[in-house]
Amino acid sequence: MSDLLSVRDLRIGATIFPPGEAPMDIEIVHGVSFDLQKGKVLGLIGESGAGKSTIGLAALAYGRGGVRITGGEVLLDGQDILPLDKKGIRKIRGARVCYVAQSAAASFNPAHKLGDQVIEATVEHGLMSRDEARKRADYLFEILGLPDPKNFGNRFPHQVSGGQLQRAMTAMALCSKPELIVFDEPTTALDVTTQIDVLAAIKNAIEMTGTAALYITHDLAVVAQISDDIMVLRNGETVEYGPVQQIIENPRQEYTKALVNVRQTKQTEARDQSDALLKVENISAAYGNGVQVLHDVSLHVPRGQTLAVVGESGSGKSTLARVITGLLPPFQGSVTFGDEELSNAQKDRSRDHLRRIQLIYQMADTAMNPRQTVGQIIGRPLQFYFGKRGAERKKEVIKLLDEIEMGEAFYDRYPAELSGGQKQRVAIARALAAQPELILCDEPTSALDPLVAEGILDLLLRLQKERQVSYLFITHDIAIVRAIADSVAVMLQGKLVDFGPRSEVLNPPFDDYTDLLLKSVPEMELGWLEKVLATRKMESAGH
Amino acid sequence: MANPLARVRATRHRLKETHPLSVLIAERLGLSLLLLWAVSILIFAGVEALPGDFAETYLGQSATPQAIANIRADLGLDRPITTRYFEWLGGVVQGDFGNSWASGAPVTEQITKRLGNSLFLAFFAAAISVPLAVGLGMVAVHYRNRIPDRVINVLSLAAISLPEFFIGYILIVFFAVQMGVATFPSTVYDNMSWSERLAAIALPTATLVMVVLAHMMRMTRAAIISVMSSAYMETAELKGLGAFKAIVKHAAPNAIAPIVNVVALNLAYLVVGVVVVEVVFVYPGMGQYMVDAVTVRDMPVVQACGLIFAAVYILLNMVADIVAIVANPRLRHPR
Repeated sequence: MSDLLSVRDLRIGATIFPPGEAPMDIEIVHGVSFDLQKGKVLGLIGESGAGKSTIGLAALAYGRGGVRITGGEVLLDGQDILPLDKKGIRKIRGARVCYVAQSAAASFNPAHKLGDQVIEATVEHGLMSRDEARKRADYLFEILGLPDPKNFGNRFPHQVSGGQLQRAMTAMALCSKPELIVFDEPTTALDVTTQIDVLAAIKNAIEMTGTAALYITHDLAVVAQISDDIMVLRNGETVEYGPVQQIIENPRQEYTKALVNVRQTKQTEARDQSDALLKVENISAAYGNGVQVLHDVSLHVPRGQTLAVVGESGSGKSTLARVITGLLPPFQGSVTFGDEELSNAQKDRSRDHLRRIQLIYQMADTAMNPRQTVGQIIGRPLQFYFGKRGAERKKEVIKLLDEIEMGEAFYDRYPAELSGGQKQRVAIARALAAQPELILCDEPTSALDPLVAEGILDLLLRLQKERQVSYLFITHDIAIVRAIADSVAVMLQGKLVDFGPRSEVLNPPFDDYTDLLLKSVPEMELGWLEKVLATRKMESAGH
Repeated sequence: MANPLARVRATRHRLKETHPLSVLIAERLGLSLLLLWAVSILIFAGVEALPGDFAETYLGQSATPQAIANIRADLGLDRPITTRYFEWLGGVVQGDFGNSWASGAPVTEQITKRLGNSLFLAFFAAAISVPLAVGLGMVAVHYRNRIPDRVINVLSLAAISLPEFFIGYILIVFFAVQMGVATFPSTVYDNMSWSERLAAIALPTATLVMVVLAHMMRMTRAAIISVMSSAYMETAELKGLGAFKAIVKHAAPNAIAPIVNVVALNLAYLVVGVVVVEVVFVYPGMGQYMVDAVTVRDMPVVQACGLIFAAVYILLNMVADIVAIVANPRLRHPR
């Protein structure tokens, strides 16, 4: 079979502007080659910075920002598209090769109707008349499972949900009947229960239209469901390239093995969960606009253990953390810490109460002052809570830096000089500096690459053993819950739907929503998606 | 029985669901009127608080306590401030600003002519500066971070950094005194021909253009750059649309609101900020009328000018707000 897309020794460069230095040219993709046949799907997988999006966009001869393609060939049906002039390349983009971006919400123009944007490229390239294109769009909306497909195109981007927008973007890419579509992390920004629908819709659409696809993601379990071949990338180089079955079941490279085996951390569940450190009773809370976000939530965190709070975006899990810290006083219910009831509002709490509950955020970036050094950031709670200064303070900070496996060398660094994982470690050290009994972790690993996240989880578990600190761990990731939780709370639309020891919540008999949540998490297993969809069909047929 | 306030709130909430656009615009209108009323109090109180009064200034050296008291009684200044305020406000809402204390002539008549002159000047300044600013902003975006962009930026910044009276005098020195190509003073009369009028306002117009250009130009540049770097412009490019088509169809609808906003602000400045320029160029507009009135403490004139300036400012800002609301698809098409 002939190759539709053939990439030969692709080299991509960029100009970077290091502060205080002259601009520098660097190479970010170092000679990558692959072939894609008609109707096949190639998964590109790797951590952030691996160059996967850059390679995907090269299939449209496009470089984002200051990125330039500096060498190699991109052959589309045997023709190298890199030397084409502007007019030549415009004829390919949107007609023969289309792109689906990670954030459909930002990629649709807020000023125009979805339907007009979906058919724009097709009509513009003269591939169909306006009416034909509309008919095709309606058909695509239907096979992508969008509600009311006939009228969907009349809506504006802000009038539909994120999952629907992502499907509309897929329809936009499919509309011109392209030979190749580049999917750039199309489900990463979605909740798991939404992700599975979009994934199924994309897979179905690819099969029905026979288009080829490059599928870019950082989630090996997702790409395993949709690809024929997989290419693992790291730092702009190919690590491993082969059929999906070989990569998943028989990875050859150490790095691929680590990716396949990620999330193997296992914490044995604590037996006795009766010694409650934090008790939340009948909490109801609302924001200033009168919208109630928590409805009568009661749970407790056992001393020296981990309670995982799971739920989708908007389920109220972060709001619960805000109530516990006192940032959002509830209008009903109480928070008990140890033997004392905490004041509702943070400003009424004693300094000692504040010290005993610390926070770690999802975005370590925005949670640190970029103008302070690591030493200042970690030293601040030492001074604030314990009055430590000068040499004594520095000694303590260095001790903490050793505990988070970073060391003295980082004392004078600024946050901008740290990697994502290192920033999160510094945030952990800052929380530890206050010697807290409870740390509220708000999705601390969801912005990190899987292997880095793994390291953070290991660190948190080790610190828990050494210091007997309790965690309230907010996450949307069931795999993390399985790995680290002693007890689990499942939230849906501000209500607690399930709460108990991990072994009870995550094993049958299930609560309905917990069941749906668990079944929606992609598993590193070929044919998982089909299996889940088949079960769903059977269930809905049964009803 | 529900209290009336709660009923109003509920109605407003319901209307906001069904007609968010009309409700928002009505709210803006209502707020503008409220603001104008507040300004009228401020102006009246401010003028009242000025040291010295008309009677003393008018009589000068010959002021005796008896003469001052007579004039005050004539003008009704011996009555309480609230009575005088409401009397004045009552006249204003009917279009009657009272009579000038200095000349005895009706203020409304005088102001109509002066306002016409000011608007004439502001109109030409706007007609030149708005297209020029938007055009230069686009040129700057096109040559972003290159020489033309830098030159436009530096020159417009220099122009805005100099006070307008200084720019005015510099222009007079060069064009009127040394080269003798421009008319000064810029006084206009009733029986002037169009060409003479235009020649007379050339220098003040140029001054005003230089003052308002930079702000609008930089905002246009920033708005376009911000829109051009958004993800949907990348989508347009990856759809294979040409640069011109992408800008017209995808960038323009989203850049309009911020640009209109800054243009409206600057138009307001053109009308209100002419005070200094009119004095420098001896141009018989509202600004000079007001300055003259302040010197002799001719309160009805000062109050009328202040209120009209405020009204123009509020009106133009309201228009900008409404354009921004209408340009927002989220408000035009609620969920």
